[in-house]
Amino acid sequence: MALIEVNKLSVRFQTPDGLLTAVNDISFSLERGQTLGIVGESGSGKSQTVLAMMGLLAINGSASGQARFDGQDLLTLPAPELNRIRGNRVAMIFQDPMTSLNPYLTVERQMTEVLEFHKGMTRAAARARSVQALDAVKIPEAARRVGMYPHEFSGGMRQRVMIAMALLCEPEVLIADEPTTALDVTVQAQIIALLRELQRDFGTAIVMITHDLGVVAGLCDEVMVLYGGRVMEQGSAESVFYHPSHPYTVGLLGAIPRLQQGQQALVAIPGAPPNMAQLPPGCPFSERCALADARCVQTRPALARSQTAEGAQATVLRACHISASDVLRHAKEVGV
Amino acid sequence: MSLPAPLLSVRDLKVHFEMKGESIWPWTPARWLKAVDGVSFDIAPGETLGIVGESGCGKSTLARAMLNLIPATAGSIKWQGQELYGASPPVWQTVHKSVQMIFQDPLASLDPRMTIGQIIAEPLRTHYPAMPASEVMHKVRAMMEQVGLTEQQINRYPHEFSGGQCQRIGIARALVMEPKLVICDEPVSALDVSIQAQIINLLMELQSRMGLALVFIAHDLAVVKHISQRVMVMYLGRTMELADKQAIYRNPSHPYTQALLSAIPTPDPRRERHKTLQLLQGDLPSPINPPSGCIFRTRCPKAVPQCAGQRPELRALNPDTQAACHLL
Repeated sequence: MALIEVNKLSVRFQTPDGLLTAVNDISFSLERGQTLGIVGESGSGKSQTVLAMMGLLAINGSASGQARFDGQDLLTLPAPELNRIRGNRVAMIFQDPMTSLNPYLTVERQMTEVLEFHKGMTRAAARARSVQALDAVKIPEAARRVGMYPHEFSGGMRQRVMIAMALLCEPEVLIADEPTTALDVTVQAQIIALLRELQRDFGTAIVMITHDLGVVAGLCDEVMVLYGGRVMEQGSAESVFYHPSHPYTVGLLGAIPRLQQGQQALVAIPGAPPNMAQLPPGCPFSERCALADARCVQTRPALARSQTAEGAQATVLRACHISASDVLRHAKEVGV
Repeated sequence: MSLPAPLLSVRDLKVHFEMKGESIWPWTPARWLKAVDGVSFDIAPGETLGIVGESGCGKSTLARAMLNLIPATAGSIKWQGQELYGASPPVWQTVHKSVQMIFQDPLASLDPRMTIGQIIAEPLRTHYPAMPASEVMHKVRAMMEQVGLTEQQINRYPHEFSGGQCQRIGIARALVMEPKLVICDEPVSALDVSIQAQIINLLMELQSRMGLALVFIAHDLAVVKHISQRVMVMYLGRTMELADKQAIYRNPSHPYTQALLSAIPTPDPRRERHKTLQLLQGDLPSPINPPSGCIFRTRCPKAVPQCAGQRPELRALNPDTQAACHLL
């Protein structure tokens, strides 16, 4: 059995404008030591997916479906039991390290609290363990800096404090919600190298949420591309990057300026991300898709196994009316 | 280089901020934060200069100093041969007719209580108060069409627009003056990837149509590569390397440029997994108390004792490349 099995997870929000479905029927599974990348633009529902799994949805949000961790459904687990799992066996790194650390408490207090609660350690033992964890994420002078407040750290350091805190209990699953978006490229490279190292040493399974396909390429085994709260394409990193079978994936790949290529116009995706309150009846991407026809506007394509992903060994799930070979041909034309 | 006479010529520009309230006693000497410390470059008509660096390297301060939004502490800024350092506000105002700026945060840089039409018309009304209202509106409408906004949107307010559209409004506001030089301060950093590509393509298209020179500031070397002819790499307020695009990307000279380039993740799993990363250790040092000698030496993988002693000057290595490093 897989460590994490998410089955038809949906997230809905009760808003003044009516019921809004942010995430629609998402399923995936994750084994120990594996990395899943969830990619999408702002508003695609990537953060809400994991927040739902951790029981951290806003008060007007509700999740349906199943999210099993080690056999237990996280969505229906009562709060005391959920609290024994999150932070302990499933940990999360949040996007913005400044707003997710408590500015009133020293780093030491925030870290020891976790260990005292989950592991029943004494304050002194917890402190020693915290210093060790800060050392592991390469914070210089950890023994001295553990007594500092979050504002005394730089952005990259704060993110490392967050990672150290998430790893205190040696979790089996680490959920990272855009851990490097707010950081400079050089610091981003440090953080990614660090995550890779930790995964190798502890066999942690990682769910990596990002909008940067470059980060996904280096870190993830499996990739899930979200748009308008739905899965557009899901498969191994190799097949998604080398044989993209969904026009949105092709669009994302084409829109990235690359270092290796010469001067040519970027292939922009026309239009803007969809308004979640007024999604089109057909494919959510149909309004911006270069290949869309009448069928795409009227009926929503189901997520199904890809028929002819040329050359890809692994199975790919895709939600598109256009055949995979046509999309791949289109991808070649636009130079992806 | 046989370039035409530069549009803007910056020499040894310094922007220092006094750290007030830092000292314990009134008589202790004030400390200075050297945000920009001796930067020189030229911009030719129609050219794009990319400026790259990590946050805190002074690239935004430099952009603002070029427009006198933050006064420069020392140095020389020449606009078409005219010295602007210490120039009076009326002189700067005439320069602002032909040098405009596009800001980083698209929504925060638009007045929420003005309509799109008013926002785009504002620079015209400020700089050409005598221009008849009908002509102003005509120019505003033409500009909106050029940047991909529809005429129906003219009476809407900024909050009704998405980030990408707000950035289009910011571009329209800058270009309605028909400037010769536009300074873009991280114009795409806050946008989604698919929208980023739209804005970059729009800027390049408008540039070739209007013959603009651009200063394009970004922390993303890949974006800069796409749009620029020359690239300047900054670190802690100083220029590390200034080179032609081809030279800097094919054959980066300065260790910092090399590290920056190797840190960029590429959307290519096989290449990414087998890449040798040249990781920079640690964080950016404090600009209030920068390292002696070469400011990059504390994180430089190739640093030698000599680097701590003397500050390396920016010098030409070959016709295409200037770099500031003792080892080159």
